[in-house]
Amino acid sequence: MSDATQDGPVLAADGTPLKRSLSRALRAQKLRALMLIAPLLLFILITFIAPIVDMLFRSVENQIVSETLPRTVVELEGWDAEGVPSEDVYAALAYDFMEAAERRNHTRLGSRLNYETTGISSLFRQSGRGVDDIGEDYADQFHDLNPAWEESETWAALMGAPDWVEAQSADDVEGAGLLFRLSVAIQDVLPETSDAYRSFARTVQSEDNDNPVAEEPWNTVYLALYRDLSTGEVSGYDGPMADLLAEAAAAVPDFEGMTPREAFADINDDWLDTEVWATIEAFSDPYTAGYFLSAIDLQLTPDGVERQPPEQRVYLLLFNRTIFMSMAITLMCVLLGYPIAYLLSNLPARTSNLLLILVLLPFWTSLLVRTSAWKVLLQQQGVINDLLVWIGLVADDARLALINNQLGTIIAMTHILLPFMILPLFSVMKTIPPSYVRAAKSLGATNFTAFRRVYFPQSIPGIGAGCILVFILAIGYYITPELVGGRTGTFISNRIAYHISSSLNWGLAAALGTILLALVLVLYWVYDRIVGIDNVKLG
Amino acid sequence: MDTKLPPYATFGQRAWFYGFRVICGLIFFFLIAPIIIIIPLSFNAEDFFTFTPGMLALDPDAYSLRHYTAFFGEDGYPWTGLLVGLGFGAAVSALFYVLGSKNLFPILIFGILGLIVGKLWGLEGEEWMTPLRNSLRIAPVATLLSVSFGTLAAIGLSQSHVPFKGAIMAILISPMIVPLIISAAGMYFFYSRIGLQGTFMGVVLAHAALGIPFVIITVTATLVGFDRSLTRAAANLGANPVTTFFRIQMPLILPGVISGGLFAFITSFDEVVVVIFVGSAGQQTLPWQMFTGLREQISPVILAAATILVAISIVLLTVVELLRRRSERLRGMSPS
Repeated sequence: MSDATQDGPVLAADGTPLKRSLSRALRAQKLRALMLIAPLLLFILITFIAPIVDMLFRSVENQIVSETLPRTVVELEGWDAEGVPSEDVYAALAYDFMEAAERRNHTRLGSRLNYETTGISSLFRQSGRGVDDIGEDYADQFHDLNPAWEESETWAALMGAPDWVEAQSADDVEGAGLLFRLSVAIQDVLPETSDAYRSFARTVQSEDNDNPVAEEPWNTVYLALYRDLSTGEVSGYDGPMADLLAEAAAAVPDFEGMTPREAFADINDDWLDTEVWATIEAFSDPYTAGYFLSAIDLQLTPDGVERQPPEQRVYLLLFNRTIFMSMAITLMCVLLGYPIAYLLSNLPARTSNLLLILVLLPFWTSLLVRTSAWKVLLQQQGVINDLLVWIGLVADDARLALINNQLGTIIAMTHILLPFMILPLFSVMKTIPPSYVRAAKSLGATNFTAFRRVYFPQSIPGIGAGCILVFILAIGYYITPELVGGRTGTFISNRIAYHISSSLNWGLAAALGTILLALVLVLYWVYDRIVGIDNVKLG
Repeated sequence: MDTKLPPYATFGQRAWFYGFRVICGLIFFFLIAPIIIIIPLSFNAEDFFTFTPGMLALDPDAYSLRHYTAFFGEDGYPWTGLLVGLGFGAAVSALFYVLGSKNLFPILIFGILGLIVGKLWGLEGEEWMTPLRNSLRIAPVATLLSVSFGTLAAIGLSQSHVPFKGAIMAILISPMIVPLIISAAGMYFFYSRIGLQGTFMGVVLAHAALGIPFVIITVTATLVGFDRSLTRAAANLGANPVTTFFRIQMPLILPGVISGGLFAFITSFDEVVVVIFVGSAGQQTLPWQMFTGLREQISPVILAAATILVAISIVLLTVVELLRRRSERLRGMSPS
């Protein structure tokens, strides 16, 4: 021990304490390692992890209702879910629907809600065509009262902020011009009308690239004006067009027309149906568990969570089938893979290397090549059936259906995944010393006992590793079940693909995917615990 | 199991010995036969998927190359393609030479490979050659990305003190574990948001991500046996870290890097699920075309395509095996 131990900390050559010097060197080493890893980590995070996280969000995301029908959603909060909603709700729906129809968003929302309650899609499409008539009777009465209400400039002057009106009224305004801004004074006097007009003005600007000063408002704006004037007080207002407004306010009590509820009922009776409103309300939250519930055959109804009607319960069946078939495939792989791995690990290295090529060749061959081979071989007019007929096992008119069913999927996938079972088994069996079995035999064990009591228990880690690997790979398979599975041999993956590309129900696809992912990650964790991801070997 | 039967074996032992070998033979047959059997079927002169009586009688007229002609197309301008291929082959061989391989064998292999690829490039069979060309465009770029990022990261991961090593490893390996359909769905949603869906770049990035676990696994496996005193010796003799990396470490881990690259290449070259969702018609690859063909109207040209792919995998398997042996030899040279 040097003197330094007594006097103070051990010093490095340059005079700094050794401890600090070492920890600095360690920190530098860690930093260098991280710098080398960082580019790849960033790359994977952006190209792979971000998409997965995006999918997780999509499975609960449900902004479409609150984005397309914002006013209706707010008004519906006061609804007690019994009986028909109030006139205010229908008025809000009229404003929302008019904008949605102009922006062509209503059909998208219709098909989204149709996943929950059938019939909404056609109701929405029909209403999209009829919504511009809502408020027409009021518009006519305003026109009759004073033709100035027919002029787009009147509306712009009444509603727009003064500087906006001035800028937009110039002759050289091209296209939509400046984004519409509301007059501050009118907002307090005519709250609904100003909201409806703003929605009109901005939609016209963004959708048609037109100047609102030159466009007559939608009929729903007249409806809003009628509603404001019949409830509110305009005497305090002294901005532009105050006289016109006072005149209209005086005349409004004599106006007659359909209320918003009557107008919607006129388009389609279903708007008086509580179920439609319950569906809209149930999915008005920006996040929903609805997709997950559908993914396990439940549904969100106004009365709470219920099971789907029996004819629509498909997903639990599919999950069960996927798991059952993956287990069957795993079992087949163990049964076929164990003898091969056993043989390979007990032959002299030269022979076993040669035979290993027979395992590696399928491993390296394209998945589609192997699938197409099975598709060709298993056909009714294919080689296997021809052979069976030729031998005489099967009559020519009773050829076996080996493909487009569960059997086809199991045969083809066992073949495809078998190398993934053999390789881990082989690498474990290679490490089992043959002297143990010899010792057991010399102690009097029969061949079978020696195998069962001595060899087999030592090969169990290999079986475990192989089974988890094959099961993980099988459970997410898409291509092979799609091509040889027919209708009964398909997996949950095929349903996910169907929802992405055909039915366009992305939320449900994401929810099914999330469940499958969770399942795989649990198995991955188990695999990591048993084998360790660092110990995965290829070829 | 012993490799030879002792002379005193009983009848039961004998029966089991041979029975077991027959069972194993049948399983090997199950593994190999489906791949082998499509090769003669692809030379069928008829549009059938089974052996015609003429084929069984080995009648030369029952065999033909017509499905291959349909695959490659007839008209073409192969000369430009040949030149491109030769250039490619020469460039790769030169790389090998610079990196320290002094024998001419790889130059020969890559020269021939380049020649074949180049010849195919010039052919004009619409239905299959465009997808093949797309595959050959996407796979190398994706491979290059995964190999360069992956090798750097593997070297980082093999240092002695890496914080959060387990978590980082789990993230980097995850593209191999997550089912392809889920990767495809996530990438489809996300890449549509950022405008990469349906672009060449999108497919390349997706395939590079899928290939990275293979590069990480093979290169870290090579680095496990790497003798660190070699780099220290180089530094001691005055080499800077860059020189040490390229002159000492790189030649030794090169076999691992190349086989990782081949894995990444074959991953991209065979991949069909992700490309279907992330790509558009302009990026249709060979496996995608096969998938479409198998799903809709199956034509015997698919067997010709499959045979060509089998030939490619045999070549790749051979290269990987040769590299593995070379790597073992190199590592055997260094004391460890």
